[in-house]
Amino acid sequence: MTARSSMMPNNRYSPPATSDGKWRRLLKRIWFYRFYYLLALPGILYFIIFHYLPMIGIVIAFKDISPFGGVTGIIEAPWVGLKHFNRFFNSIFFWNVIENTVVISGLKIIFGFPAPIIFALMLNEVFRVKFKRFVQTVSYLPHFISWVVTTGLVTALVATSGGLFTEFLNELTGERWTFLTNPDQFRGILTLTHVWKTIGWSSILYLAAMSAIDPALYEAAAIDGANRYQMARHITIPSIAFVITILFIFEIGNLLDAGFEQILLLYSPAVYSVSDIIDTYVYREGLLGLKYSFAAAVGLFKGVMAFLFLIAANTLANRLGQPGLW
Amino acid sequence: MLKLSRNEKFAHTTIYLLLILLTLAFLIPFIIVFSTSFISDAEFARRGGYVLYPEAFSTGAYDILFGRSKVILNAYGVTLFRVVVGTGFNLAFTITMAYALAKRDLPGRVPLTIFVFITMVFSGGLIPRFLLVDALGLRNTLWSMVFPGLINAWNMLIMRNFFMSLPEELFDAAIVDGASPPTVLLRIVLPLSMPVIATIGLFYAVWHWNSWFDAAIYIDKSHLKPMQIILRSLLETTNMQGLEELAFIEDPPPAASLRSALIIVSTVPVLFIYPFVQRYFVKGIMIGGIKG
Repeated sequence: MTARSSMMPNNRYSPPATSDGKWRRLLKRIWFYRFYYLLALPGILYFIIFHYLPMIGIVIAFKDISPFGGVTGIIEAPWVGLKHFNRFFNSIFFWNVIENTVVISGLKIIFGFPAPIIFALMLNEVFRVKFKRFVQTVSYLPHFISWVVTTGLVTALVATSGGLFTEFLNELTGERWTFLTNPDQFRGILTLTHVWKTIGWSSILYLAAMSAIDPALYEAAAIDGANRYQMARHITIPSIAFVITILFIFEIGNLLDAGFEQILLLYSPAVYSVSDIIDTYVYREGLLGLKYSFAAAVGLFKGVMAFLFLIAANTLANRLGQPGLW
Repeated sequence: MLKLSRNEKFAHTTIYLLLILLTLAFLIPFIIVFSTSFISDAEFARRGGYVLYPEAFSTGAYDILFGRSKVILNAYGVTLFRVVVGTGFNLAFTITMAYALAKRDLPGRVPLTIFVFITMVFSGGLIPRFLLVDALGLRNTLWSMVFPGLINAWNMLIMRNFFMSLPEELFDAAIVDGASPPTVLLRIVLPLSMPVIATIGLFYAVWHWNSWFDAAIYIDKSHLKPMQIILRSLLETTNMQGLEELAFIEDPPPAASLRSALIIVSTVPVLFIYPFVQRYFVKGIMIGGIKG
């Protein structure tokens, strides 16, 4: 042992032990770590300003602020209690936006959740490494494309006039097809676009879980005479079950996020009745209609509900013996 | 090689076919806009819309985007600013906070982590955020696209977990040898963390490149609008009327081909980069998937 390390017996970067009182000791420790607090400070300020101030700003949901009053306008605005909430709950839009949010979200879960699992299971059966890698790489592409571009691609295919697929169907059936302005088909377009954009990227975690499976299991199964289908059913799927559970719980926790940007970019007044979700409603009422207080109230309602969903989902995860978010 | 029964062979052929179809489904939309971006007015009129392949190549749309319109180059500049300066700020703020929170015996570390975590599960919502950016005087400045998203809590926690996975003895040894904490960060931690910094940096860069909603609500001045916003306004309009900024030409190419060209122009950098960066991304979500 050198002299230096014997002076610092545990050889760690930590404050020297003292015999001071509890508070003095804490202060000394804090002073000792001052560099780290300095590093954290910009981040802390960022979260206070851009995340906690808006949480305080939620008070406007209980006030009547004018759109042009600025900060003083917000402070001086009269309190109106739950007026905006009552207006929202009693408005004809309430059940419409709730239904749209839950139905669209539900459709995306029903089709979008199993799709990457099936995709991963199919890829797992591919033994040509190059082909597999090519398919995977291509499948990630939509993840890297903005929603604006995705919308452009959707338009190219199904625009009412000039869309390649629309025109093809028009020729074939002799009818006029209108996907993006037809309330019967719009949710289908939303679901399909969602699956297209997420299937490849979401399959990554499943593929990773599959690659962790011990090959000996498959070999043993082969000796026992199992076919590929039985192996997938009895080895692969049970091995990725925990990933499936966790991701499913997160999906449920995000039920109120039905895809704000996607819908905002694709919808139009003709399909509001089937696609106006809470987020788009808040955007239109608030930022386009300048009803800040009302829109903030609707936003707060969604925030609180989403928070409750998340807690429920997390509790469920813990009950099932899975590590949730906390 | 595996021995497969006839049934399994049939199943495998089906799987390969399905995967090929799926791959086509990913690629065909891009092929359509690529082809359509090259068609001329006459061909557009004749064929009635978007096409899978052009009969004759016309670069009219690109001539306008790059030659006769300053709007596109300007929007490219704004986007580039976002990506370069924005990502730089993102990384500086994310690294410093993550490094502090990775210090295991830091008094107050757990409350600080919870302080960040709360912002992940609850937010004030769109309206208060908008009013805040307005009150701070950030509207119609380039900073409105940088400051509100300085730290992504998820990215920060990924980075924190990475820092925590580095062996602490390494830093302690350096400290014992007389290095100051800043020296340890700059000389030891950062060089060791290049893979995760590259990954998170790419997350931020792609996010900046693709974002449009923040610019849509914070920016009204046309010379501050990024690429995605210009593309969005071009896609929204059903005829050339809404495209005043671009339509100062006598015989404009068809709107569809102009739109397609702009889609290509705003996507090509991503198309070229992503096959090379996707493995970093995959690594990133793997790190993020393992909780610390």
